[in-house]
Amino acid sequence: MQALRPRSAAAAWTERALKQPRQLVVDPIACDGHGLCAELFPERITLDDWGFPIVDPTPIPGSLERHARRAVADCPMRALRLGSRARPGQPAGRIRRS
Amino acid sequence: VSSVPLRAAPASPEGRHRLTPALADPNARTLAGHLARFGGLPLVGGELTAEVAKAGLRGRGGAAFRTELKLHAVRAASGRAIVVANGAEGEPASKKDKLLLRSAPHLVLDGVVAAADAVGAGAGIVALSEVAQTEASALRRAIAERRRSERIELTVETVPDGFVSGEETALVRALGGGPPKPSVKPPYPFERGFRGRPTLVQNVETLAHLALIARYGAAWFRSVGPDDSPGTALVTLSGAVVRPGIYEAELGATLGDLVLRAGGVSEPVSAFLVGGYFGQWVSADDAAGTRLTPESLGSGAIVALPASTCAVAECVRVAGYLAGQSAGQCGPCAHGLPAIAEALRQLALGREGRPRILRWTGHVDGRGACRHPNGAARFVESSLEVFGTEFDQHARAGRCKHSDRGVLPLPGRSGH
Repeated sequence: MQALRPRSAAAAWTERALKQPRQLVVDPIACDGHGLCAELFPERITLDDWGFPIVDPTPIPGSLERHARRAVADCPMRALRLGSRARPGQPAGRIRRS
Repeated sequence: VSSVPLRAAPASPEGRHRLTPALADPNARTLAGHLARFGGLPLVGGELTAEVAKAGLRGRGGAAFRTELKLHAVRAASGRAIVVANGAEGEPASKKDKLLLRSAPHLVLDGVVAAADAVGAGAGIVALSEVAQTEASALRRAIAERRRSERIELTVETVPDGFVSGEETALVRALGGGPPKPSVKPPYPFERGFRGRPTLVQNVETLAHLALIARYGAAWFRSVGPDDSPGTALVTLSGAVVRPGIYEAELGATLGDLVLRAGGVSEPVSAFLVGGYFGQWVSADDAAGTRLTPESLGSGAIVALPASTCAVAECVRVAGYLAGQSAGQCGPCAHGLPAIAEALRQLALGREGRPRILRWTGHVDGRGACRHPNGAARFVESSLEVFGTEFDQHARAGRCKHSDRGVLPLPGRSGH
């Protein structure tokens, strides 16, 4: 278990950002089919016949957020994240400072 | 008003023959012959992007992506932009990019230069498969001819041959010295590509069309083809047609029109594969009414499968090839495609059912970093749909009266 840490501005921002409805996104190259995510978040993640996660892309409501965050945090390959899947033509929604 | 005698600019090509006359003209390989045919390349900077948007040009490499969106994105990204002309052409049934590179290298280079000018790039790389030695020589000669006058740095690079090597992130990785394997998007190459720079990756034929739009404008480009996907596309037509070869098809024309231009079928045809190995089968009965679009054409390969070859064996063989071409990075593709290919083989022997195969093709679709699993799944689903009767007969007897004539080409095999 992680110890409680003092709330920094960044942590507060992250928490706020996580309150927006978001979807689970798998990095298919990083994922090695460990399968822990499907155990931790069976409401939205099932496994295919080869043990790789099939993720329901619908936005995650607040009631399921804790499970989603747990699945993200416990992925041994860090292959799961909460975010939005950027589409071509819509440059990814990352913050750029140029 | 005094009239200034100007050297008349060559007239814009009329009709659907925009690229092919140059491909048939040996003089077009030299800079002088190229300029005599097409005239000089006007450079208008970022305005070209608006013209390309008006023209409605979409990529001719397979994904049919709107060209101006990439131009916009690269121009908007921060960093030293670079243009990559994608001539990898890993699709075994496609030969049109290689023909274009061999026969009209200056038109491709014009496209690179015009695109670089539009996005503010100072360099362009023409990326080819390592097996395309003739094409690499043609490009190097062409670049040497332009060197003294060229405003950007142009180079030719080769990447390992492979079906996936031409996927844009795989290409960018290979050019940077990495493996020719796709990477996860985002970041897209237009954000962070070759050596971390904003990278415009465009198929070589797309760049040739872009070079013509820079000269003759959007209205000219739109004068052929339907409003939603104007222009022409190079098509590699092989298999059971009287004159197989590379044709310039007016988009929106029917598959039947194209086959007639090739002299019709040379023997009874069971179906046409439209769009190469990421494409779909069109039964012979439907060919007359099937319109060619950038999406359906994909990489531009069309194969007329004769009724005298075993369609089941041909499809099983290609499914196995596509499984073997997985980069092996993403679990659903690395595990799923071999399982699907083997199940398809077993289905032909009567030892497997359709439901599991279709469940698996549904499962791999969209679950890779690139579209390889999608394309392979689509090929298998379309094979089962169009050759359902053939698969059923095969399953009952375990074989059929035809053998695999190898009409669907694989690398290293003699194609048609």
